[in-house]
Amino acid sequence: MSTAHKFLTMFEAIGLFIAVVGVILAIASRFSGRRGDRVVAAAFLLPTVALISVGLVYPGLKTIYQSFYNAAGNAFIGIDNYRTIFGDPDQRTVLRNTVLWVVITPFVATAVGLLYAILVDKARVEALAKALIFLPMAISFVGAGIIWKFVYEFRPDQQGIKQTGLLNEILVKLGGSPHQFLINSPWNTVFLIIVMIWIQAGFAMTVLSASIKAIPEDIVEAARLDGVRAWGMFRYVTVPSIRPALIVVLTTIGIGTLKVFDIVRTMTGGQFDTSVVANEFYSQSFRSNNQGLGAALAVLLFVLVVPIVAYNVRQLRSSEGR
Amino acid sequence: MSATTGDAVLPVTSTPSIAALDAAGGKLKKRLTSPWASLAAVLLAFLWTAPTFGLLVTSFRPKAAIDDSGWWNFVAHPSFTLDNYRQALSSNGGGLGTFFVNSAVITIPAVLIPIALASLAAYAFAWIEFKGRNLLFVCVFALQIVPIQVTLIPLLSLYVKAGLAGTFWTIWLSHAMFGLPLAIFLLHNFMKEIPRELVEAARMDGAGHVQIFFKVLMPLLTPALAAFGIFQFLWVWNDLLVALTFAGGTPDVAPLTVALANLSGTQGTAWQLLSAGAFISMVIPVLVFLSLQRFFVRGLLAGGLKG
Amino acid sequence: MTSRIHRRGLTGLAGLAVLALAVSACGGSSGGSTKGAAGGTSASPQAGCEDYAVYGNLKGKTVTVYTGIVTPEDQLLKDTWAPFEKCTGVTIKGEFDKSFEAQILVRAKAGNLPDIGIIPQPGLLKTLVATGKAVPADAATSTEVDANFAPSWKDLGSADGKFYAPPQNASMKSLVWYSPKEFAAKGYKVPTTLDELKTLSDTIAATGKKPWCAGIGSGEATGWPVTDWMEDWMLRLWGPDEYDKWVNHSIAFNSSEPTAALDAVGQYLKNSKYVNGGLGDVKSIASTTFQDGGLPILKGNCSFHRQASFYAANWPKGTTVSPTGDIFAFYLPGKLATDKPVLGGGEFMLGFRDAPEVHAFQQFVASATWANLAEQGGGGRCVTPNKNADPAKAANCSDIDKLAISVLQDPKAVFRFDGSDAMPAAVGSNSFWKQATNWITGQSTKDTVNKIEASWPK
Repeated sequence: MSTAHKFLTMFEAIGLFIAVVGVILAIASRFSGRRGDRVVAAAFLLPTVALISVGLVYPGLKTIYQSFYNAAGNAFIGIDNYRTIFGDPDQRTVLRNTVLWVVITPFVATAVGLLYAILVDKARVEALAKALIFLPMAISFVGAGIIWKFVYEFRPDQQGIKQTGLLNEILVKLGGSPHQFLINSPWNTVFLIIVMIWIQAGFAMTVLSASIKAIPEDIVEAARLDGVRAWGMFRYVTVPSIRPALIVVLTTIGIGTLKVFDIVRTMTGGQFDTSVVANEFYSQSFRSNNQGLGAALAVLLFVLVVPIVAYNVRQLRSSEGR
Repeated sequence: MSATTGDAVLPVTSTPSIAALDAAGGKLKKRLTSPWASLAAVLLAFLWTAPTFGLLVTSFRPKAAIDDSGWWNFVAHPSFTLDNYRQALSSNGGGLGTFFVNSAVITIPAVLIPIALASLAAYAFAWIEFKGRNLLFVCVFALQIVPIQVTLIPLLSLYVKAGLAGTFWTIWLSHAMFGLPLAIFLLHNFMKEIPRELVEAARMDGAGHVQIFFKVLMPLLTPALAAFGIFQFLWVWNDLLVALTFAGGTPDVAPLTVALANLSGTQGTAWQLLSAGAFISMVIPVLVFLSLQRFFVRGLLAGGLKG
Repeated sequence: MTSRIHRRGLTGLAGLAVLALAVSACGGSSGGSTKGAAGGTSASPQAGCEDYAVYGNLKGKTVTVYTGIVTPEDQLLKDTWAPFEKCTGVTIKGEFDKSFEAQILVRAKAGNLPDIGIIPQPGLLKTLVATGKAVPADAATSTEVDANFAPSWKDLGSADGKFYAPPQNASMKSLVWYSPKEFAAKGYKVPTTLDELKTLSDTIAATGKKPWCAGIGSGEATGWPVTDWMEDWMLRLWGPDEYDKWVNHSIAFNSSEPTAALDAVGQYLKNSKYVNGGLGDVKSIASTTFQDGGLPILKGNCSFHRQASFYAANWPKGTTVSPTGDIFAFYLPGKLATDKPVLGGGEFMLGFRDAPEVHAFQQFVASATWANLAEQGGGGRCVTPNKNADPAKAANCSDIDKLAISVLQDPKAVFRFDGSDAMPAAVGSNSFWKQATNWITGQSTKDTVNKIEASWPK
């Protein structure tokens, strides 16, 4: 296929898409006032619901169904897959690690992102400064794996051998001995989590920065006239104003963390007690070719997200009440 | 600094004079660029950049040096080579150009489609009352948890039946599907933040939903759209799995990531090529981020209120 | 017999006649002279196309090939296809993708398959055949394979009693990398028995140097190099028959033979006097990537690294890999000097579409014509298990590949395929790797084999 042909196809797709949206808007604009609300809502939601049903709901339901079947997917075995998951002694470690990831990553990444967004807000080189924190997000997980290899890499402390990992170089320079960062449990999980925080802080920073920019000047101003200082501004103006955005960021990173397996997979392969549910799901589905057990692990992920969903429902309810 | 301050903050009624605003703005700037704040910012920036900087240096070092010593040794024992980049750029049958084109063709619609659809849906969730609204919204955002891997086989089967497998269409559609829950969740949050008075006022003036959507909300949502646009762009640009599964790895459709993943050879991982490749693929996302930065502007909302 | 289509028509009529015809076809493709006349009747007779007349005129047809072989070997592969394309008029469309192994299963299940997949593992081949989408090889290909390969290769390409996939390339894993310069300087001799290897290791260890270095890190596949070690020792200590029983699970993974084999490996890999030269203690084997595992030889920090022939690509530019150079490899010896067990790997051309052009292409790759083209191309595609390949064409191949070719073609050699690749995926590409890694970081041999046995699908 030639380059021109490719772009032609692309413009065709965009044209087609604009036409679809145009039709939706045309339909919607014929209905105004409160009575037409349902028609407008239906028109606005239809394409989304259609795409999500095909792309996510249908595969999701199929996964739940498959989780009650065997490895090849041709015999019903009830809850055996779930029994396997919870009967395996190693699985306790996997669950512990998953909890560690979900508890630590969203809060630390959000805290760093928020702090940085506030610190560089309105700074002279804001765009550049933000780009530096954002950089890790632009790197693929494979790239991140290589980058952190050069941080955690271990070489013995002996004549003629130089450290190739940054952290061990610092340890040795400070007079210590090099450490196997990725092998010694449970700290190795923490070192892997740091990689995820490093990547996600950019996400938090970008969204929160957009949210901070949306705080009306006059609110900030009023507080200032009342003599509010830096900490007070943060505590009583910034945080309450961007509270919904904070919840969104925490939720998104939380869900993203539950799903992430690339970091674990590329850096330790889930060895040395570092595995998480998503990684187990991946290795059962794509390495062991055990479709049923893989599906059951995916369902476990769905279940683990329930508390996050519940919290958001509560937030939604309370914001409806305002 | 107590309840009184908090109370004074919440209502959006205070309208200070322009002069006071400017003065306060100056004060604010002064405080936030205080030495401690600056130091903290620089420290964070340094911590976050150092690993990437290490990779950048590595990408210019010969393989023997990479295996032998840490990247910081480049100061003491400089050994500089462009070979890694030369090799990375010249592989895959004479250049990554084709793959760059594919990535662009994939990315543009895969970003535009979900943004547009999600804005419409988020608007419906935020500003139109209908039965089952919250339930549907919660379902949509909870779908973020579905791992893409479980969708591969069912979706690919559908695409094969529809005769779409191996074309760009599968990638565009799939990225739209996968991006929508997060997009709706993010944009809904920003839409909710817009003061109800604004929307109500427009309604009083007889504006329909389409007009409110375009005339009132869109201008205020620029930072949010830019933010989501960046993420969807990154996600699509760095994606390997979706493109590979649905469209395949031929130069007809495969994006840059596929070409880069194959750089390291059948056996083994060539760090030097991968590090160069990582930087080649990073250039565009960083440029996009920097260019979208100008949409992160303060005060749009306040301006909207006054006008 | 003028075109492949005719021959296939005949296949339906009389099996016996076909066998005879196919045998002569095979003679034609490897001998190169007898089919000249037939070539005349094919649509576009061209100079140099005599060997290809047997495949008939396939003009306008396309065969799609999907493989995990990537740059720079993809080009070598395409080069071997070029004469076939030119002479038959067919178009071979290759898709070269590193994540082939996971992708091919997804595509098989979703019904989006290439015409041919180049499968690197017999276990994966069986899984794919089990999806019901694979097409058995035709009689002509089968005869070609009988003529050119040892029967064990045909077995590896078979499933459920049917022959599916002819072999393509092979690799040799029973190699120990060392420094010929060091050996010359110190007066060491290349060991010819396992005992000699042990003695030499002890000699070097006595000088205060750790003789062995290893690395088993490989992302999600971390641990696989240990499985190769264990297979090599299984083959050496107990012979090919016991090895086969172990791979087929006729004997349990935790029975005495495999346990002893793993313990024997432990005398090297878990011996703190032997490892891990230049890389740390025993545990550091687990955190070192397999690519980095042998590099300390160059700096003189260790002397031996057991790894397959493809490790040649990991030496930095400027390293001379030759019998007298900085680096070379010797055959990991058997228990006795007369034993010659060889552990290796290989690739198989599995078809998914029942069409003359697909079968013709499979037959072509199984022919000596193709094997000679692969050797002429040099590089990473040199080594084939095709015993009718012309050794004289291997001039472009690297010294290490020549060594691999000579060992594989040695009549004394007993070839066995990488066992973990033939075990069920839940073991061969999951628990075996995982437990082998735990074994390196401290788990006992007994616990290790017990846990692997427990994970074997019932």
